[in-house]
This record gives sequence, C-alpha cells and structure tokens, in this order.
Amino acid sequence: MTALRTPADATGVEAAPLSSYVNGYWSRVRGGEMGALPAILGLIVLCTVFSIVRPAFLTAGNFANLLPQGAAVTVIAMGLVFVLLLGEIDLSAGYTSGVCAAILALALSDYDLPWYLAILAALVTGTVVGFVLGSLVAKVGIPSFVVTLAAFLAFQGVVLLLIKGGTIISIQDPVILAIGNKNVPPVLGWVLFALGVGAYAAVQLLRIRGRQRRGLTHDPLSLVLIRVGALAVLGGWAVYVLNQERSRNPAIVSLKGVPIVVPIIVALLVILTFVLKRTGYGLHIYAVGGNREAARRAGINTDRIRISAFVVCSTMAAVGGIIAASRANSVDANTGGSNVLLYAVGAAVIGGTSLFGGKGRILDAVLGGAVVAVIDNGMGLMGFSSGVRFIVTGSVLLLAAGVDALSRRRAATAGLR
Amino acid sequence: MSEQAGGTTRQGDGGPSPDGAVLSLAGISKRFGAVHALSDASLAVKAGEVVALVGDNGAGKSTMIKAIAGVNPADDGEILWEGRPVTITKPHDAATLGIATVYQDLALCDNLDVVANLFLGNEVANGIVLDEISMERRATELLDTLSVKIPSVRTPVASLSGGQRQSVAIARSLLGEPKVVLLDEPTAALGVAQTAQVLDLIERLRDRGLGVVLISHNLADVRAVADRVAVLRLGRNAGEFVMAETSQEQIVEAITGASESVVTRRQARVEAAEAARDVGQKRQASDPQEQS
Repeated sequence: MTALRTPADATGVEAAPLSSYVNGYWSRVRGGEMGALPAILGLIVLCTVFSIVRPAFLTAGNFANLLPQGAAVTVIAMGLVFVLLLGEIDLSAGYTSGVCAAILALALSDYDLPWYLAILAALVTGTVVGFVLGSLVAKVGIPSFVVTLAAFLAFQGVVLLLIKGGTIISIQDPVILAIGNKNVPPVLGWVLFALGVGAYAAVQLLRIRGRQRRGLTHDPLSLVLIRVGALAVLGGWAVYVLNQERSRNPAIVSLKGVPIVVPIIVALLVILTFVLKRTGYGLHIYAVGGNREAARRAGINTDRIRISAFVVCSTMAAVGGIIAASRANSVDANTGGSNVLLYAVGAAVIGGTSLFGGKGRILDAVLGGAVVAVIDNGMGLMGFSSGVRFIVTGSVLLLAAGVDALSRRRAATAGLR
Repeated sequence: MSEQAGGTTRQGDGGPSPDGAVLSLAGISKRFGAVHALSDASLAVKAGEVVALVGDNGAGKSTMIKAIAGVNPADDGEILWEGRPVTITKPHDAATLGIATVYQDLALCDNLDVVANLFLGNEVANGIVLDEISMERRATELLDTLSVKIPSVRTPVASLSGGQRQSVAIARSLLGEPKVVLLDEPTAALGVAQTAQVLDLIERLRDRGLGVVLISHNLADVRAVADRVAVLRLGRNAGEFVMAETSQEQIVEAITGASESVVTRRQARVEAAEAARDVGQKRQASDPQEQS
C-alpha cells in the first residue's frame, strides 16, 4: 500500500500494470461501485433481444430514428444530473422544457423573431426558471421535491396559457426543424468523427505526459490505447452505419448521414463533463452533494452552488424542449409532458447517477438515455401498447434505483470494514 | 517538556506576554442567557507545545475553542496573538491570524478523494481548470512529511479508516500554514491503533513548531502527548499543570473540583486494596512487628 511512496517512484514513475487496473475496477464493482456497468449490460441485452425478435430493430433506418427520439430526454437528463448530484430533485424539468418550447414557438410564429433570437429566448426562460426554483430551495428552504412539484403543476398551466388552450403551434423555421430531423453530410460526419477521436487521444496522452513529468502515477499507455481504440471502433461503426442510404427511394430523396442531434449531444457531453470534472465549480457540486456542512465549512458558498445547479438543469431542459419541438415540428399541450420527466430521471438513474447525491456523471445521462430510448423504440416495434411501455420503463427505473440503494449499502459496509 | 523549556524556545518575543506564547487568552467570558459558559477564563499556548484543555461536560471547553476559532466570539476578554492584542469575531479572522481548527465531527466529503478533500475551498487552478497535478504533488508531500499512511491520495475518503480520516482532517488544517492548531476530541471515535496514529501525528505537529490545543476526555491520551494541561471547571480555570510533574489524581481533582469525589473515592478504594495486598505480602515475608 505504500508502493506510491517508494523512492524509485518519486523520481522515475512508471505506470502501474494494466492488470492492477482491471483488479481495481473489479473490486470497486464488487464493493458496490458499479458505475455505468448495469446500463451497458442492459443496453447489450435489450439490443440483442430486440434484434432477434424484431429484425427491423437492427436497421440503419431505425438506428437513425432512435437517436433523435431519445435526444430530448437525454439532454434533460444531463441537466438533471447536476441537481441529482446535490441530492435534490427537479420534478418540473419536463414541463420547463415544454414552457421553453412554447416560448420558442411563440417567438418564431407570433413575434417573427429569427431562429437564433427564438432559441435565446427559450434558453433565457429556462435560466430564469432555474434561478427562481433554486432560490426557493436554497434561500427560502423549501424542499426541492415540493418546490418542483408545485412548478410541475404550474408549468403545465403555463404551457396551456401560452399556446392558448388546445391549439398546436407548428414550427416552420428551417433551421429549427433541421435540429431534430436533418442529418450531417456524410463527409462532415467523418471529419467530426476524426476530430473527436483525435482530440480525445491527444487529451489522454498529454495528461499522461504531464503526470509523468511531475513524477506522479498515471494510467498505463495500454489502457489509454484500449479506450481510444474502443471509441474509434464504436464511433466509426456508428458513423459508417448512419452514412448508409436509408431512403426507400434514393432517386427522389436521399437520406443519409449522422443526425444533427448526435454532434449536439456529444458537444454537450464534453462541455458538461469538463465543467463537472475539471473545474473548481464542478468539484464544489460534488462536495456539496457529498457533505453540505463540510463544503460550507470549507468556505464554499453552498447556496450559490445549489441555485446554479437548478439553473443548469432548467437551461438544459430548455435545450431539450427546443430539440423536442424541432423533432415534433410543433408545440402542443403535451410537449414536455406525460413521460418526459420520468424518462429523464430514469435515464440519469439507470446510467448510474445516485438519487442520494454526490455520485454521478454526465455520461450516465447519455447511457441511461440510450437504454430508455431503446426500450421505447424496441417495444414500439414489437407492437406493445404505450401502457405496457410505461410499465416496463417504470420497472426499469425501479430496478435502477434499487441497484443504486443496494450498492450504497454495500459501499457503506465495505467502507466500515 | 516543562514550562521553562517551552519558554526558552520562544524567548525574546517581547510584548505583553512574557512567557512567549503564540496565543494567549485572558479574562474570557461568555454568557448564553443566564448561563455563564465561561467566566474570566484564560489559556496560553506556545510554539512547539501541546496544551490539553480538559474538563467535565459543560466545563466550557468547546465554548473556549469556539471563541478562539471565531465561530462563537467571546463576550469579554483579551486575546493576544504573538503578544499583540487582536479581535477574533469570525472564522476568517482566526484563519488569517494562523489558527486552524479541526472539529469533532470531521468536515470531510466522503465521495471526494483525499486530494480534493485536502484542497476543498482552496483549490489550485490554472484559470478555470483545476491543476490536479500540483494539488496531488502537494498532497503527497504534505502527507509524507506528516508520515500519514494512506493507500493512495486518489482514494475516496469513504474507504479510509477512522484514524486515516482524522489524519486527513488534521493535514487539511495545515495547508493554510497555521501556527496554532485546535483539535476538538480528535480521538473520540477511534480504536486503539487509530488513536495511536493520531497521537503520533499530534507529536509531529509539535515537532514542526506548531502550538497545539487539544481538547480531550481521555486522560490517557492527554498524558501521552500533552506538555501542559489546563483544566476548566464550570467555566473557570481550575488549575494548570505541567504534565511531567503531575499525577493523574491531581488532574482528576481539578476536573471534579474536590479531593473527595466519586472518582477519588473509587481510586482510593483500589489503592487501599493494593496496599493491603502489599502489606500482607510483606508481613508474610519478614516483618511481624508491623502488625501492632
């Protein structure tokens, strides 16, 4: 256990062997820290089952459908991770996305604003909503469950008022419509893929070099190569499949390329992960979620951190609302309603974010969002009614929350040892 | 270590505290409503000295620590820092002077690793990006100089033992380069081996020239590391002892405030029984005369 401190290590540090990393990971899993493992296993199982039962599941066309279908929920889940990390909850995130989508639609139709101003209006609405909710939780001291439950009801009403009863506001702006419905040109898809993998590899290698130079232990090169290789193979395969012609009649309309929401989600994943893992602000989020009193004594302004998490969550809900409105070509009373919130919370928790706070990653939201989208899509293909789909998704959420609670207990006993 | 020896290390300090204390408090009073938690209490600690602050429950130990740490300032009294009078009204004042406090309930975040906990609130950053490398190096150096043994500075605090956690909490307080460290019951929840770890660490703090104020209920721990013992009883000073020249009974007497108490009576009974046994043995051995 003191291997870290030996004089040889202090001067010329070599990486620990790969096997020790595998062992370390395995002991963490057994100690209750499963991270994304359940979500990844679940994805593999679900995809295998659906592909066997419904071959249509495994087509490029369905794959390209699935991604934008799950995009809005995934983006909302990304924002929810911030709130969940604090051990709080935002039940209103779904309808916040609905309100922001309605603002977007109104800005485009009634006020004839250009698309970028309409998006800005929707995002600002989300930010303001988050600030109000966060202030009520942090400054007034109302439990977040109650504040956001009230907001859940009220925002439902706000959406109805904004769209004037039962009407549907259709969206005509081509830029907004492109977000959820159009694809990146195949060549650009490959360019973005190459840039992404290259940047990831560069960041990893630079990190190793930096730590090596300062005499600190670092990940073995083999592990980094495996990570970069896995990303390149999976990403390359996805881009290749999505670049296939999906149109039934290519002569009339060509349909190929990576859906535009994919680079948007990847960009949000990278930016928010950077914020959580590499900045002092992100560290403070984890600290407040882990032990609020300790964070306060360390001089962290915990109120500000809590308000900011709600601001991030509601702003991301606005992004999700924009994607949903674009995907549906319209905004109606159901935008952001019904299952959106529960799917989003489910996505974050299924991915491995704890409901007890202090543990979670943005990647969890993406993996969990994929699980939810696959269940929804696959069961739809199998012809199950939406009633059955709700029950299955609810069961999966319960299962994920159970895994979370049990792993917490396991970690507690392991920690007491 | 005797009081004189402690005095020589800080001689020539000048100022109104002739014995060269880094921190000295005099005439400290604190009322909570009608209750006098502290009245006219005093305390002094020199560099390179461990002063134990002992007393029964409600004697005012925690009130004294809170007054020094600025958490709950005293109503009345004088605080001298390196001979200069200062006022401490908030935790920040104490921190700027160079007083660090480690509270009884460890202020650590279980979900963060050792490095993050050590630097929490004082992170090193390049712009907005955390400088993990510098923090990790400084953390390793700091723990090395304190001989704190931890599997890896990247371990989450949740998986450390109680003694290791306490060590991390104490190490954390040293990052601000304090001159005085206040430890509130640092061994209260620890097992035997872990207590020894923390006591070792306290001795290392002393060897580094820090003044340590140690609150403890455990007189064995106090005997093990303290150079001086200051006793509080019902908010007043009830004696100050140089550890090397003081017996446990004297301290207990000062804590309970009477030579006749439950504790002393029990001790007397035990001693009487031992004496009787000794006498018996002696008599058996040689000396029948003693019986008359």
